[in-house]
Amino acid sequence: MADSAHKIHARQVKAWFADKQILQGVDMAIPKNQVTAIIGPSGCGKSTFIRCINRMHELVDVARFEGEILLDEQDVYGSDVDPVLLRRRVGMVFQKPNPFPTMSIRDNVLAGLKMTGRLKKSEADAIVERSLGKAALWGEVKDRLKEPGGGLSGGQQQRLCIARSLAVDPEVLLMDEPCSALDPIATARIEDLLSDLRQNYTIVIVTHNMQQATRVSDKTAFFLHGELIEFGETDSLFTHPADSRTEDYITGKFG
Amino acid sequence: MGQSVDICGCRSKLGERLFHVGCWLAILLPLSMLIVLVADVAIDGIGRLDWGFIKGYPSRRAHRAGIWPAFCGTLWLVGLTGLLAIPIGIGGAVYLEEYGGNSRLAGFIELNIANLAGVPSVIYGLLGLEFFVRVAGLGSSVLAGACTLALLVLPIVIISSREALRTVPHGLREAALGLGCTPWQMIRKVVLPMALPGILTGAILSVSRAIGETAPLILVGAVVFITFTPEGVDSQFTALPIQIFNWVSMPQKGFMENAAAGIVVLLLTLLSINLVAILLRNHFQRRRY
Amino acid sequence: MLDATASALRTVGTESEPAPRAAGGGEKLIETLLLLCAVLSIITTIGVLAVLLFETVSFFTKVSFSQFFADAKWTPLFANKHFGIWPLVSGTLLTSVIAISVALPLGLMAAIYLSEFAGPRTRAFVKPTLELLAGVPTIVYGYFALVFLTPILQAFMPQVEAFNALSPGLIMGIMIMPMISSLSEDALHAVPNELREGAYGLGASKLSTIFRVVVPAAKSGVVAAVTLAVSRAIGETMIVTIAGGAQPNFTFDPRGAVETMTAFIISVSKGDTPTGTIEYQTIFAVGSMLFLMTFTMNFITQRLLRSSRGKGL
Repeated sequence: MADSAHKIHARQVKAWFADKQILQGVDMAIPKNQVTAIIGPSGCGKSTFIRCINRMHELVDVARFEGEILLDEQDVYGSDVDPVLLRRRVGMVFQKPNPFPTMSIRDNVLAGLKMTGRLKKSEADAIVERSLGKAALWGEVKDRLKEPGGGLSGGQQQRLCIARSLAVDPEVLLMDEPCSALDPIATARIEDLLSDLRQNYTIVIVTHNMQQATRVSDKTAFFLHGELIEFGETDSLFTHPADSRTEDYITGKFG
Repeated sequence: MGQSVDICGCRSKLGERLFHVGCWLAILLPLSMLIVLVADVAIDGIGRLDWGFIKGYPSRRAHRAGIWPAFCGTLWLVGLTGLLAIPIGIGGAVYLEEYGGNSRLAGFIELNIANLAGVPSVIYGLLGLEFFVRVAGLGSSVLAGACTLALLVLPIVIISSREALRTVPHGLREAALGLGCTPWQMIRKVVLPMALPGILTGAILSVSRAIGETAPLILVGAVVFITFTPEGVDSQFTALPIQIFNWVSMPQKGFMENAAAGIVVLLLTLLSINLVAILLRNHFQRRRY
Repeated sequence: MLDATASALRTVGTESEPAPRAAGGGEKLIETLLLLCAVLSIITTIGVLAVLLFETVSFFTKVSFSQFFADAKWTPLFANKHFGIWPLVSGTLLTSVIAISVALPLGLMAAIYLSEFAGPRTRAFVKPTLELLAGVPTIVYGYFALVFLTPILQAFMPQVEAFNALSPGLIMGIMIMPMISSLSEDALHAVPNELREGAYGLGASKLSTIFRVVVPAAKSGVVAAVTLAVSRAIGETMIVTIAGGAQPNFTFDPRGAVETMTAFIISVSKGDTPTGTIEYQTIFAVGSMLFLMTFTMNFITQRLLRSSRGKGL
C-alpha cells in the first residue's frame, strides 16, 4: 500500500498506441526525494511509462491506458482528477531542449505560472532568481534575462527548461532522456544539478546511458519489451544483477 | 562486355534538350502574357488616371466619370469581410488543428471545407442573394456583400491558418502542457503567438481575393450608378470590379479607357494589400527569436 | 458549467494549489466557440444546398423536366419562353474544353520541368511567379480577352466574331494553368526517388523515365489537378460574361458568341428581378446545374487526392 517512503505507486500499468501494446503490466514504487533511473533498450516502453505518470501519454489520439498510478494516496487516473492540475505537481523535462522561442529567458522561467494565470507580479523576480539558481543557470544568465531563450547553448537551454519546470513548484520531476541532445560538459552540469535537486524533489530520469544512471541515481529500473525486469538499488543492480537479461543488457550483449 | 554498344547517347540528349526548350516555353508563354496584360491595361488606362478620376463620381460622360464611390465601396467590403472572416477562420482552424484530432466530425468538416473551396463564386452570390439580402433582410447593403464575400474566403482563411499552426513544433505544445497549462492556455500563450505572423499573412492574402470578386456582388445587388460613398453597413454600395464591369459593357470607346484606368487602380490596391501582408510577415520574422 | 467548475475544485491539486484556474467551464466554452467557427462551413454548405433546392423545386413546378432537358432553345426572358438548358451547357463545356486544352499541356510541361529538371532556386522563383496568374482578378482577364486578344484573333481568322468562345477560353486556360502546374508538381515531387533510380538502373533515358515511370506513378495527382482546373473553368464567370457574349447558341463553333451558365446568371441579375418570378427562379435552376457539375469535379478531385496520399505518394 501507499507509504510515506514512496511518492508514486504504479500497479499493473498497461499502455497501448493503437493496437500495439507498449507496457505489459508494470508494478513499481518510486521512492520519495530520490533519483530513480529507468534504463532499457529503445522501444522498451521507458518513456511511455513516465508519460503515463503525468498523463501526457493520453495526448496522443490513439493512446490507451490501463492500470493504476498513485501519487501519494491518490489515483491520478481517478475520474475526478484534472490532468492539467496533475501536471502542475508532476513536471516534465523533455529530450530536446524546447524553450518557448517567442519568450525571453525570464519569461520562459515564468511561463508556467504566467500561462496558467497564477503569477503574482511582486514575486516574479524572486521566482526567476530562485528557479534559475536551482537549475545552476543564474550566474550565466542573470545579466541577460531579457534576451531570447533560443540564444543560449544547448546545455543552457536544457537547464532553462529545468528552471521553467521548477518555477511551477512541482513535487515530482520526470526527465525523458534530458541529456541525449547535449555534449559531455553540458551533461555533467545537469548531472551535478540532479544531486542537488533530489533533496526537495522526487526525480524519475529515463536514460539510455548506463554510466549516467550509475552516476546520478539512487535506484535503477531495467525495462525490456514493456516489462519491468528488475528494480533495485543502483549499485547492486549494476554489480550483481539478479536477472540474466539485466546482466546481458548492462554488459552490452544487446541493446 | 558491351563494347559494341554506343554509350554516347546523342539521340536521347537531343530529345531531352528539345523537351527542355518546350518546358521553358510552357513557363514563359503564360508569364509573358501576364506582362503583356499589365502593359496593355497600363497603356490603355494611363491617360485617364488622374486625381479627378480617383475622386470623381459616375457620369454619363466618360471623361467626367470617376471611381470614388466604387473605391470606397471596395475598402468597406474588404474591411468588413476581414473583420468577419479572419476571426472565424482562425477559430475554425484552431479547432481543427488543436481540438479536432482524428474525430469523425473534424474529418467531415475538413472534407466539407475542401469542397467549399471549389464552389464557384457565383454560387456564393446566389446564397447571398437569397439568404443575406432577402431572408435575413439585409437588402442590397454593404453588409450583405461583405457577409457573402466572407463565406467565400472563409475556406481559404481556414486552410492557410491551419498551415501556419502546423509550423509550431509539437514539443512546445508538450512543454506547455507539462507545465500544467490547460489546452486553451497552451494555445493562447504558446501556439498562437508563434503562428500569428503566418496566420495573419495568410489571412490577409486570402481576404484580398475578395477585392477582385465581381460575380457575387452583382448577384447581391451592388448598384452601378451611385453618387455617394457608403455611410454605414446598411448603405447601398458599388465596388471597383462592378464599376469596371459596367464600363466594359458600354459601347463608347471612352468608357473602355475608364475601365482600363479602373483596372490599374484595382491592381494597385490588390498589390498594396499583398505588400502589407508580406511586410507584416517580414517584420514579425525579424523580431522572432 | 457549474459541474465542471465543481469537479475542477475537487481535483488533485486542491490541497497544495490555491484557487487554480484550470479546466473549468471557460475551457469548455472556448472549445465550443471554436467548434462553432468550424461548423459554420457545414452550415454554409447546407445553406447553399437549401437555397438552390428550394428555388429549383419552385422552378420545376412551373417548368417541366422535359422542357428543361429535352429542348435545344434557351429563351426564358422572351415572350416565347423556352427552357432548354443545353445551349448554356454547351457554351460552358466549349469554353472549358478550350481552357483545358491550353492549360493541360502548359501546366504539365511546367510541372515536369519544375519537379525533374529545375534546381531548388529556379523552383522557388518560378512557382510563386506562375501563381500570380491565378491571383489576377477575373474581371481583368475579361477585359484583356475582349480588348486585346479578340482583335488579334480576328486579324488571323476573320470569321471570329466580336464576342466568341475562343478568346475567353484561351485566357481562362492561362488563368488555370498554374493550378495544374502547382498540383501536378506536388504529385511528381512526391514520387519516391527509388523509382527513378530503378528506371535509370535499367538504362532508361531521363525522358523515358519521366514519361514511363514518374508521370504514371503520379497519375492520380495529375488527374486531380486537371479535374480541379475543369471545375474552376466551369464555374468561371466574368471572363466568359465579358468576352463570350450573351447568346445561348447550341453550338460547338468556338468562333461565334455563346452564353455559359454563369454568364446567364449574371445577365439576369444585372437587372432587377423580383423574387418569385420565373426569371428569378431560373437563375437558381441554372445555379443548381452548375453546382452539380462543379461538385462532381471537386468530389473526383478529393477522391483522387486521398487515394494518391494513401499510396504514400
